[in-house]
Amino acid sequence: MTALEASGRSASPAVDSSSAAGSRPVTPASEHTRRATVRKWAEIALFVGPAMVLFLTFVVYPVVSAARFSLYKWNGVSQFSDAEFIGLENYARALFGGTDPVTQQAFTTAYSQPFWEALSHNVAIIFLSMAVQLPIALIVALTLNRRFRGRAFTRVVIFAPYVLSEVIAGTMWLIIFDPNGIATELMRSVGLDMPAGGWFEDQTWGFWTVFFIITWKYVGLAIILFLAGLSGVSEDLQEAAAIDGASWWQIQWRINIPLIGPTIRIWAFLSIIGSIQLFDMVWVLNRGGTAGQYSTIASYMMEIGFFRADWGYGSAIAVIMFFLSFVIALAYMATILRRDNAHPRKAR
Amino acid sequence: MSVDTSTRATPASSPHRRRQGLLPEGSTYVAVGIALVGVGLTLGPILYLILGGFRTQGDLAANPTGLPDPWMWQNYWEILSQPLFWRQLLNSTLVAVATTAGVVLFGTMAAYPLARYSFKGRELVFVIFTTGLMFPLTVAVLPLYLLLRDMGISGLWGLVIPQIAFGLPVTIIILRPFLAALPKELEEASFMDGISRIGFFWRMLLPLARPAMVTVGVLAFIGSWNAYLLPLLLLTGDPAGMTLPLGVTTFQGQHSAATTMIMAYTSLAMLPALAFFLLMERRIVDGLTGAVKG
Repeated sequence: MTALEASGRSASPAVDSSSAAGSRPVTPASEHTRRATVRKWAEIALFVGPAMVLFLTFVVYPVVSAARFSLYKWNGVSQFSDAEFIGLENYARALFGGTDPVTQQAFTTAYSQPFWEALSHNVAIIFLSMAVQLPIALIVALTLNRRFRGRAFTRVVIFAPYVLSEVIAGTMWLIIFDPNGIATELMRSVGLDMPAGGWFEDQTWGFWTVFFIITWKYVGLAIILFLAGLSGVSEDLQEAAAIDGASWWQIQWRINIPLIGPTIRIWAFLSIIGSIQLFDMVWVLNRGGTAGQYSTIASYMMEIGFFRADWGYGSAIAVIMFFLSFVIALAYMATILRRDNAHPRKAR
Repeated sequence: MSVDTSTRATPASSPHRRRQGLLPEGSTYVAVGIALVGVGLTLGPILYLILGGFRTQGDLAANPTGLPDPWMWQNYWEILSQPLFWRQLLNSTLVAVATTAGVVLFGTMAAYPLARYSFKGRELVFVIFTTGLMFPLTVAVLPLYLLLRDMGISGLWGLVIPQIAFGLPVTIIILRPFLAALPKELEEASFMDGISRIGFFWRMLLPLARPAMVTVGVLAFIGSWNAYLLPLLLLTGDPAGMTLPLGVTTFQGQHSAATTMIMAYTSLAMLPALAFFLLMERRIVDGLTGAVKG
């Protein structure tokens, strides 16, 4: 606890000044109310202070630092004050190999291509999640949204992978998809074989193996969210439709799916942001692949920034990643989520 | 494959509906079929992993699809009789408990004035916290590593403190509306009895907010328990100082030839999380759906 208290105390002036600034416009009518006001602000500072100090110190400050580091050429070992300021060169290096004509060719191969390749994997995962996980989750949720023996058990089991750590799930699948493992055995038993280069190492199929694992790990969240949404759909509506002769599929299409639209759209939002920031699973699965065949921006950032000690460049990648999630989040909120907030009770 | 089975729901559902005269529910067979496929795909790999821990290396190669033959307890016994696994289990538990306590305590404290005081700048403070949702750990992790190094915060505290900080935004966002929904009369009555606001917080608010605190606490606990990125950077070196996820990958690296040992180690590392999940399943689901709706 001591470290925590010390860090809290060292940064506490920030809180004091904010509360003092807030209380300035208050003109005390009497000594009594003035003391009450001071006391109120002291209480607010006491309650909000620790959280605010922790948040500013360990969340906001590092993010701002990343933006600062990204403008320097720095290896993280030497003093940062000795680092060379290079402006936006790190960004240029990632996006198109840098502005120096001498090194541009080499840097394009060494830095820019892996960056775009990693980004293309993130984008592919975003779209594949919508194309594969969404239909699977909808079908499972819609069919499980009824009473049958073992329903509670099924829900618990299907959701379990989401709660397991990426490391454990990843290690498990590494063993299953070992070239000599059970997956190969099963494929051979039906007369097929594993992908030519191996489940993970194959240049084409490695990505799909990883996407399969990601789906296994995360589709349970979508199912649980959709089931929670479906439990809120009024049975009267469905009964009314049934009396009018609607079939099971019509009821799903016309009533249930539109009514859980807000849930679907929020899931899609979480899925997109999660796809951009995907790291743990990819890293556990051989650090994005030996040739980066399923690298992501985050795994690329760690590979270069931390393990190859190119902190300025790694920070630039981090800022690009933040920028992407930020822009996508804002765009998504402004366009798709806005109508849900504007008409929270209406489906369309 | 699942598409095929579910399209059959339409013809099968009609007689079902007519018989019951109520909702057309689709065929029970289809639902059970999909349930079985889902359960099989989920549990199959996990069971394979746990059973693999009971195999000999030769058995795994020769007969990967059958039951272990012979059943061998040695892998599990070897891991459980060494202190390393228990140390990592303890480390993970300590970090998760401390993180949860910190997130819940500081999060509730911060949410209280944001929900129940009216003061200038209240919305600004709330917005500052909510921006935290857009700062993922991945973006901040390199500078965070340097910051912790410069501050001399190392080991498990180096995990706990940033994890609390990163857990605060979602905690405050979930707790604020919950606290705001408690009736105003509670405060009035307490103040008339001469209880201060701080006394009200400890004696009235904390007990009343328990359900929401458990929800955010469970989410913080799982997040900490599964955390990988920060431990990867901070807990290098001695495996006895690692948390379980990092311990699993380190063990895997050191015993790459002994697959069945890795399977046993991974299974053991998985069990506490599965047990916790089974105990708290309701809370976890409520927390996640609540976080999404709120």
